Amino acid sequence: MMALDKPYLNVPGTTIFDAEQSRKGYHLNQFCMSLMKAANRERFRADERAYLDEWPMTEEQKQAVLARDLNRCIELGGNIYFLAKLGATDGKSFQQMAASMTGMTEEQYRDMMIAGGRSIEGNRYVGEGPKEKR
Amino acid sequence: MARITASVYTSHVPAIGAAIDLGRTNDPYWAPLFKGYEFSKRWMRDQKPDIVFLVYNDHATAFSLEMIPTFAIGTAAEFRVADEGWGPRPVPKVIGEPALASHIAQSVIQDDFDLTIVNKMDVDHGLTVPLNLLFGSPAAWPCPVIPFAVNVLQYPVPSGRRCLNLGRAIRKAVESYDEPLNVQIWGTGGMSHQLQGPRAGLINREFDSAFLDRLIADPEGLAAVPHIDYVREAGSEGIELVMWLIARGAMSDKPPKVVHRFYHVPASNTAVGHLILENQA
Repeated sequence: MMALDKPYLNVPGTTIFDAEQSRKGYHLNQFCMSLMKAANRERFRADERAYLDEWPMTEEQKQAVLARDLNRCIELGGNIYFLAKLGATDGKSFQQMAASMTGMTEEQYRDMMIAGGRSIEGNRYVGEGPKEKR
Repeated sequence: MARITASVYTSHVPAIGAAIDLGRTNDPYWAPLFKGYEFSKRWMRDQKPDIVFLVYNDHATAFSLEMIPTFAIGTAAEFRVADEGWGPRPVPKVIGEPALASHIAQSVIQDDFDLTIVNKMDVDHGLTVPLNLLFGSPAAWPCPVIPFAVNVLQYPVPSGRRCLNLGRAIRKAVESYDEPLNVQIWGTGGMSHQLQGPRAGLINREFDSAFLDRLIADPEGLAAVPHIDYVREAGSEGIELVMWLIARGAMSDKPPKVVHRFYHVPASNTAVGHLILENQA
């Protein structure tokens, strides 16, 4: 098989949701999508493990959801707009979800944004700067 | 014939919608942002568009991974406001314009762009937040809207070049419609932002500023910018900016009149950009 050009693989701290990630994450993301219905949110909250077991997700994906480890969810094929339904179920805002992936507290993250956001300097290529966390 | 008179560009951050819905627009955090749209609302009242063709992206709302069309045109008579997980936003339902939407679909598909015709689609913050920013919070939206959803969620997304050319095909379609309509086209999303991973919170003011300059003066050159430049420089979600090129391509080939330009950081995780361009007579 010919390898496809994926120039985005060397962007630090970033996973591009491409066709390959989408295939890996299909059931994980569809589980998240199911949480758009209030009745499903209630059933999930009542017994998270039992609800997850209704989905043909991998055990790793289920564990990542239970731990609310969004970076791991993304690594395993999750997409942030789908994972946002999980966050909404927990009453989290997009900013709270984003902060949880950076190793910063919500307050530190919010302050960084008010100060102009994370700088692009040192954040363009893997291995380029001290801010990189992977 | 119908004419595209102006194009409007704006970010469509969900937290802006929440600030409006919760009455927080005068909070110190939000006031500077909403101030940037005061001129725009006055301008809009004078312009009185008959129809807005609104380019946005669906955020895993109407389209799940069962199926994501690259370009979807809403041809329905009306569109419900979606529940994105926090309950539906308390804004009016969106009234469509099926006759013009079908005409555009017919024309643009024959110009080699594969649009998906959608007759049932809930619309999310990507569409409703721009309506609030430009129209305020009326009891009913002042004109019909044709929703045009672009896939920028599942990579690969359409290229800048394809988006610019699609805009040109939309212009041709509108101008071949035999009704004297004042049509505006809006391009939404962006600017620099990243919502995922350890690099979340990325903002690139220089990239955004150069993007605005080139969108005005050099859309052809801007259309050649590859995806990787958006991803690397403007963040994984900054790729939404390709949608602005659809609106820009729908404008006349003559230089546009820059009516308004605004930039603000932050709205939640995002840099907010806003531009109004008028076609010169």
